[in-house]
Amino acid sequence: MDLNMNDLNQPHSMGTTIIGVTYNGGVVLGADSRTSTGMYVANRASDKITQLTDNVYICRSGSAADSQIVSDYVRYFLHQHTIQLGQPATVKVAANLVRLLSYNNKNMLQTGIIVGGWDKYEGGKIYGVPLGGTIIEQPFAIGGSGSSYLYGFFDQAWREGMTREEAEQLVVKAVSLAIARDGASGGVVRTVTINSEGMTRKFYPGDKLPLWHEELEPHNSLLDILNNPGPEPMNI
Amino acid sequence: MSNSTVDVPLQGGFSFDLCRRNDMLSKKGVNPPSYRKTGTTIVGLIFQDGVILGADTRATEGPIVCDKNCEKIHYMAPNIYCCGAGTAADTEAVTDMVSSQLQLHRYHTGRESRVVTALTLLKKHLFNYQGYVQAALVLGGVDCTGPHLHTIYPHGSTDTLPFATMGSGSLAAMAMFESKYKEGLTKDEGISLVVEAICSGIFNDLGSGSNVDVCVITKGHKEYLRNHLLPNPRTYISSKGYSFPKKTEVLLTKITPLKEKVEIIEAGEAMEE
Repeated sequence: MDLNMNDLNQPHSMGTTIIGVTYNGGVVLGADSRTSTGMYVANRASDKITQLTDNVYICRSGSAADSQIVSDYVRYFLHQHTIQLGQPATVKVAANLVRLLSYNNKNMLQTGIIVGGWDKYEGGKIYGVPLGGTIIEQPFAIGGSGSSYLYGFFDQAWREGMTREEAEQLVVKAVSLAIARDGASGGVVRTVTINSEGMTRKFYPGDKLPLWHEELEPHNSLLDILNNPGPEPMNI
Repeated sequence: MSNSTVDVPLQGGFSFDLCRRNDMLSKKGVNPPSYRKTGTTIVGLIFQDGVILGADTRATEGPIVCDKNCEKIHYMAPNIYCCGAGTAADTEAVTDMVSSQLQLHRYHTGRESRVVTALTLLKKHLFNYQGYVQAALVLGGVDCTGPHLHTIYPHGSTDTLPFATMGSGSLAAMAMFESKYKEGLTKDEGISLVVEAICSGIFNDLGSGSNVDVCVITKGHKEYLRNHLLPNPRTYISSKGYSFPKKTEVLLTKITPLKEKVEIIEAGEAMEE
């Protein structure tokens, strides 16, 4: 691995882990916070969960520039739509606008988006809009480079009709698992929970996340590690 | 560059055909002439009552230092400034253009410009040109909603941060920020951290060098400290001084005044009707 200066000229991509999960009463969105240009972490505390309206949020992955433009346009369209309608836009409408932009400009855009939110007609809903611009309604969606480490985990751990706490814990656990294995994901875990009451944001700092296989406690000095030898080496 | 290589006729917008041709040519070894670039260290941070921006002053053209004391902190609005890295012409052009749009917007609304307005205009332009306008910017300012600091990348993505670095010296400068930045710095602490970060770029990055420029923006006030620190003064100055050959001598001076124009006014008859 060589740190090439040309890396800094590469487009910003969000090697990412993003997740959306439905539970009984709403949705939980989760994301890591790493934005990288090649081998350099350009932002270690970015916010990939972006607000579209009061009740609809999206998780962005892929090119940072592309996903920002798409979300800016969709937010603008949704605000107009909300005014014309006189009531909050549905999650389906938001997802469909994202799909429209992604599909019509599929040659120009490199972005995968998960739309999640709550509306009075359909309750909590998650829509995935991956690279080609198709739209998929899912009980849970995962995206970004970290998602490949999570398919098996979600097949095992996801259940219908979870409580809010269960869903939030599942999302945090999944993102921290992906951070542990995916080099392009890292930093902190951010979550957004949306239900009939509104939305709540939560923030889990990187040093408060659960530790997985072979991970060490954070230390301020290398001397601490020397003085307190870590866990016993694994014997096979 | 983006890898959207599917050959489908585009609907409207800019055509990047020639860019793709140039890419192909340079892959075959026909390289275009190089631009004047600012291999740069630019930084910004938020302190207790505003924003501080900093920049080095070296401009390069390939391996040659072509300007030892250039200005990289550009004016956007009275309360907003912007540091530029990348192709010098592009950073200059894009900041000038947006600052004039902001000026017109101020005439129209009669209000102080906001930092997000500048941010949106800049990112819109850069996104339109898909990274071919090579400008990497650190935008800082104070408006009615408080102090703001943003970074803008050539492809049009933006970040909002409490401290930011850009350019080839960004790694060296970020190392200083990551180890020493804390919330609620005083003005003096802030300036000295910015200077330290720029100096670490100047001394550890080949693309950055010469002097330190600083700009402090607070509510309703700004301080542009051009050449705040000169860590690289000229070490050798000839003791004999420099002499230059004599100019062409003036042998004769004769001024011929222009002839006065004689104007004849005929007293014609008054028009009758």
